[in-house]
Amino acid sequence: MNPSPSTQTYPSRRSILKGVAGIAAAAPLLSACVTSGGDDPAPAANGGAKSADNPLGVKDDAPLEVVIFKGGYGDDYAKHAEDLYKQKHAKATIDHKGIQKVGEALQPRFVANTPPDVVDNTGAGRLDLATLVAAKQLSDLSELLDAPSFDDPNTKVRDTLLPGVVDDGTFDKSVLVLNFTYTAWGLWYSKPLFASKGWTYPKTWDEMLALCATIKGAGIAPWTYQGKYPEYINDPLLSMAAKTGGTDLIKAVDNLEPNAWKADGLKAAAEAFAELAGKGYIMAGSEALSHTESQAAWCQGKAAFIPCGSWLESEQKDVAPKGFDMVMGAVPSRTTSDKMGAAAVQAASSESFLVPAKAKNAAGGMEYLRILFSKQSAKAFAQSAGTLPAVAGATDGLTLSSGLGSTRDAVTAAGKEAFTFRFRTWYAPLAKAVDDATGELVNKRATAAEWAERVQKAADALAKDSSVKKYTR
Amino acid sequence: MKHGRLRFLFGALVPALVLHVVFVLSPYAQAFYLSLTDWTGVAGEAHFVGAGNYARLGGDSLFLDAVRNNAVMLVVVPLATIGLGLFLASMLHLGGRDGRRGIAGSRVYQIVYFFPQLLSLVVIAVLWQFIYNPNTGLLNGVLRGVGLSSLARSWLAEPSLALPAVMAVLVWSSVGFYMVLFSAAIDSIPKELFEAALLDGASGWATFRRVTLPLVRDTVQVAFVYLGIAALDGFAVVQVMTVGPGGPDGATEVIGLSLYRNAFTFGKFGYASAMGVALFFATLTLAVLALRAGRKERVELA
Repeated sequence: MNPSPSTQTYPSRRSILKGVAGIAAAAPLLSACVTSGGDDPAPAANGGAKSADNPLGVKDDAPLEVVIFKGGYGDDYAKHAEDLYKQKHAKATIDHKGIQKVGEALQPRFVANTPPDVVDNTGAGRLDLATLVAAKQLSDLSELLDAPSFDDPNTKVRDTLLPGVVDDGTFDKSVLVLNFTYTAWGLWYSKPLFASKGWTYPKTWDEMLALCATIKGAGIAPWTYQGKYPEYINDPLLSMAAKTGGTDLIKAVDNLEPNAWKADGLKAAAEAFAELAGKGYIMAGSEALSHTESQAAWCQGKAAFIPCGSWLESEQKDVAPKGFDMVMGAVPSRTTSDKMGAAAVQAASSESFLVPAKAKNAAGGMEYLRILFSKQSAKAFAQSAGTLPAVAGATDGLTLSSGLGSTRDAVTAAGKEAFTFRFRTWYAPLAKAVDDATGELVNKRATAAEWAERVQKAADALAKDSSVKKYTR
Repeated sequence: MKHGRLRFLFGALVPALVLHVVFVLSPYAQAFYLSLTDWTGVAGEAHFVGAGNYARLGGDSLFLDAVRNNAVMLVVVPLATIGLGLFLASMLHLGGRDGRRGIAGSRVYQIVYFFPQLLSLVVIAVLWQFIYNPNTGLLNGVLRGVGLSSLARSWLAEPSLALPAVMAVLVWSSVGFYMVLFSAAIDSIPKELFEAALLDGASGWATFRRVTLPLVRDTVQVAFVYLGIAALDGFAVVQVMTVGPGGPDGATEVIGLSLYRNAFTFGKFGYASAMGVALFFATLTLAVLALRAGRKERVELA
């Protein structure tokens, strides 16, 4: 090819300089990004005078922005609480947002220091709580907890909540999150099915294995699980271990103590689930089914037990046949010398409400929570959502469906022996490692000892990692 | 040059340039910077940690799984897609009885093969998840129907089958497009060449090997670059379809998924940015190597 005649097709130095000037002119547009640096503005001074009627000192005319996760429970319950707020603070305007992708919508606002006043950080797209806490983005809610409750001025908000709710929201001794719903985990079955076959829900693991043999003999798979998401079968495994080892085992695991995952309780529980898989008591193909697929198979009577949290009933309400009447039972005891009783149940609060540290109307946000966590609001929620709220006695006098009723009974029967692990919230990478290991265990690709070994390795690596903020309980 | 003209040129170029800088170049530059920090993604501040994030990559077993899987995909997906695409394109053009025409009904096939290209990748992943379902899926259903029930598997839940299952979906979804691309390239080859080959008594394979392939070489090379980049990604299909996702136990983990999980689930945007930068250089190297490798010996037709 011949060289082209030398007309100047290349940019001259002058035009390049002009181009650079154009790029520089674009720089202000980038100032909203984190890499642009700059100082954080001081939190706006907010709040008005405190009084018996206005214990949190809400400024009467301050606008309030509420962001609610609009999932299975809808957001009518939140609007109900907003109406009550307006009755008290008539001059306030409320900006309500019911959305699904909470994280996507709020991340840029946290980065830009203009968050809303109260947030329901829930759903698959929520922001990681531990990350928000470590970045100091959340207000301390102790003032709210010590304020008189909305229903009864002589009772503090703190004392109206179910056991564990305050603990669940505590990070490094300060309460930063308040969870609105109360979830219990256990094994679900259809009461009429069990009655018609003459099966009784097992209290011990030996009884469970014996019953599984009977169920299998009847041509039904004893268990199925949500194989695509192995965390579902983790819950009964960890519950069983916690019942054997008691609070000490739970604390050792959450505090990342050396060899915590090699405790006898955990090893025995892992062996139990390896045995369940080894004896062929898990429905074939479960390992590849999503939660909807496996739960549908269970509702069709292809399997007798499925592990799940108490949201299962509302999730299956369009799938379960009439008269299926699902109920939840506590995970059976592994040994006769368990440190917790057979009724002990894994339970924790969820649906996390928080007030951002840099909210313009933080007092209003807390006042909103005081109203939302009143008996009146919680009762309305229990009725419409079919889920236990975190407020004690909220379901008193209500007629409950079979699943919700069994959940309430399980929580009542457990009493003080309602326990929960915190490591899932504190250390998401460890949760992922445990899920992967348990998936291998129940698919017979790892033994109980290998399971304990690899989870311990992940926990040790996390404990040594100085870039991860540690919590203790 | 006249001043008026220069002003017009700048007026036309600057808005586009500014948009490009703000929405393309600046995020790249920021990702490079963020990969050197501990940014959490939810705060307006980030601390400089130097190369720490990059040092960490080497000890992250899940990330190493992802690199291994992407490497396998990088070899298998382009080779299989291009092989199938070339085969289908030659059949549609030259597979007929006289060796100069396509097989009967080739126009219909051409349209049907292109169908997957019209579906979004997420839809494809959801459909294939149903097909792979071990109990009610189409694949096992067909196998059981024809008496091969011993071959029925839990496709996405067995570590040795999960990655091939994912790669099959990637190949299936892209082969139609490359068939059309190669068809166009074969169309541009002068017919006389095929006739000459025919007169010389060349077999179908020899014609393909000695005439078609050398003359569509440039197109194949471009296809390699595109498919290589697609194989280094694979995020959408893996995220929607696989156990975990990324499982079982890391068997289908890809770099994009590790990056996404670290950023949006673990709140480690700095570390995730480091993965992104590593992926950026891997993709860049691949493109440069692929284009370099085929620069030699170009056949002149004129």
